[in-house]
Amino acid sequence: MDKIIVGLKRVVDYNVRVQVKSDGSGVETDGVKMSINPFDEIALEEALRIKEAGNASEVIAVSIGGSDAQQQLRTGLAMGADRAILVKVDGDIDPLSVARIFKALAEKEGAELVMLGKQAIDDDSTQVPQMLAAIWDRPQATFASGVSIDGNVAKVVREVDAGLETVEVDLPAVISVDLRLNEPRYVKLPDIMKAKKKPLDEIALADLSVEAGPTIKELAFAPPDGRQRGIKVDDVAGLVSALKEKGLV
Amino acid sequence: MAKVLIIAEHDGSALNPATAKCVSCAAAIDGAEIDVLVLAASAGEIAAQAAAIDGVSRVLTAERPENEHALAAVQAPQVAALAGDYTHVIGPSTTFGRDLMPRVAALCGVNQVTDIMAVEGSHTFKRPIYAGNAIVTVEAPGDALLVATARVASWPAAAAGNSAPIEAAAADADLPTHTRYVGIESAASDRPDLQTASRVVAGGRALGSEEQFQLVYQLADVLGAAVGASRAAVDAGYCPNELQVGQTGKIIAPELYIAIGISGAIQHMTGIKDAGTIVAINKDEEAPIFEVADVGLVADLFAVMPELTAALSN
Ligand SMILES: Cc1cc2nc3c(=O)[nH]c(=O)nc-3n(C[C@H](O)[C@H](O)[C@H](O)COP(=O)(O)OP(=O)(O)OC[C@H]3O[C@@H](n4cnc5c(N)ncnc54)[C@H](O)[C@@H]3O)c2cc1C
Ligand SMILES: Nc1ncnc2c1ncn2[C@@H]1O[C@H](COP(=O)(O)O)[C@@H](O)[C@H]1O
Repeated sequence: MDKIIVGLKRVVDYNVRVQVKSDGSGVETDGVKMSINPFDEIALEEALRIKEAGNASEVIAVSIGGSDAQQQLRTGLAMGADRAILVKVDGDIDPLSVARIFKALAEKEGAELVMLGKQAIDDDSTQVPQMLAAIWDRPQATFASGVSIDGNVAKVVREVDAGLETVEVDLPAVISVDLRLNEPRYVKLPDIMKAKKKPLDEIALADLSVEAGPTIKELAFAPPDGRQRGIKVDDVAGLVSALKEKGLV
Repeated sequence: MAKVLIIAEHDGSALNPATAKCVSCAAAIDGAEIDVLVLAASAGEIAAQAAAIDGVSRVLTAERPENEHALAAVQAPQVAALAGDYTHVIGPSTTFGRDLMPRVAALCGVNQVTDIMAVEGSHTFKRPIYAGNAIVTVEAPGDALLVATARVASWPAAAAGNSAPIEAAAADADLPTHTRYVGIESAASDRPDLQTASRVVAGGRALGSEEQFQLVYQLADVLGAAVGASRAAVDAGYCPNELQVGQTGKIIAPELYIAIGISGAIQHMTGIKDAGTIVAINKDEEAPIFEVADVGLVADLFAVMPELTAALSN
């Protein structure tokens, strides 16, 4: 296979407990730690392993967002991506437009595999990979926990509600990855130095002739209904009687 | 007026309860007329079950051999072929719906509203973001088709008692052959289904081994409960992956959730926010799970589990 494109979204780090702004206009992101979406790191790791096994020639990391996303792309280059592309977009962009951008890049680069995370942990929308596969008219293998490449076919194990499903897809294809696929490698200092010399290109949205689709407006943000801290019991007998009192046993 | 098409989830022979939950979500849209679409190799029994759901006007069937297994690439063009007659197309937030619905949305040229937890208007909904740490109210364009998933833990299953008409649908589309089903591996279990059970007992990393995880199964059996797990327990191989509860596992809403040796990470709590009563057993009194547990017991699980199982078995 020739090239693999990997999507790296810059998101609030998964360890941060996000807070809704007091005026309900959004969530607090000022001064908050930002990272690569954890699923995307796994997608990149898998792409690198496919390349290292001799099944791909180049791994291209792509982020769609503001200039800040260069940080995440540099991390991706340090992990081992060959080059990176930042598609500059100011402000929010809807999943269908993101999918259109990936399609334009996949066609431009002649990519045979696009590997994405199964969901971005900020909007939790779980749409871009499936949308890309739809408009590119190619197969999708979502929620992957196992990937093997054999010539022009990828065999993918998918984590579904009922268990582990296996599908076979013809390349080119889109794979969205789940957490158990692999453990991403740690980046070492020499890799960070090397990554500085790798190409990171910036592209404007207009260069890809992508038009943004009808978007969904975000009207207001609120914290979830909180649960109250309940009671503590001293022993098993206390627990059993608390359950009986609530009519649960 | 809203005309809603719901995509039925099934395993080839029986309807999944997620479908009746989607009907509740659709029924929350003012004046909604609700059709259910069954894509299957043979729809008979499944369609009959869908026709029994209260609030359903019509059940449409698309029977073709290609529909034997739910492949999004095969199903999406058939759904898209029918979508023109509807204002809304809704599927469940299960892995089935999460896989299929965005593909349908993209074929129809629209974005999807993921995980509807409340209906505020025909095109205005509430949905969780940031692992449920924020709830956003979204408004989709009123003049375009609305494609969505309904967050199944937020909706009760609509009751059964109806007998809606069943008709064959004209879901004609060219179907791709680039995606092929190979097989599925499920840990066979006679226990209640995690996503619909009214009681769930879940174990975490603290169980320490697959053998010791039996303590969780034993308590579950006494309670007639389903078994769940944290990601750490699944990753460590104590139990199968389909038992994972949380942001990237199953989002559930049982009446009773008993968490054993689970710390209560944000990603885990996302999965049980809507549980009725949360019970936690953890040896660390500072564990975050106690901030949300209705009943907490600070104890070594290995010391108390046998006693608890015995106490509840009689
Ligand atoms: C993107 C992302 C998605 C994730 N999705 C999920 C998800 O869907 N579901 C999920 O669960 N996690 C998820 N996680 C992982 C999550 O962050 C936690 O790592 C995980 O939930 C921890 O599992 P645990 O509570 O079993 O283990 P730990 O956090 O290690 O907690 C073990 C607990 O057991 C207690 N304990 C130890 N010994 C005993 C004993 N003898 N008796 C009683 N108590 C004892 C300890 O005090 C501790 O509180 C996700 C993480 C990421 C990054
Ligand atoms: N702005 C973005 N830049 C790069 N990749 C993205 C972006 N948005 C989404 N993706 C990819 O699509 C996946 C699913 O995102 P979503 O559909 O938004 O949940 C993510 O895990 C990324 O791999």
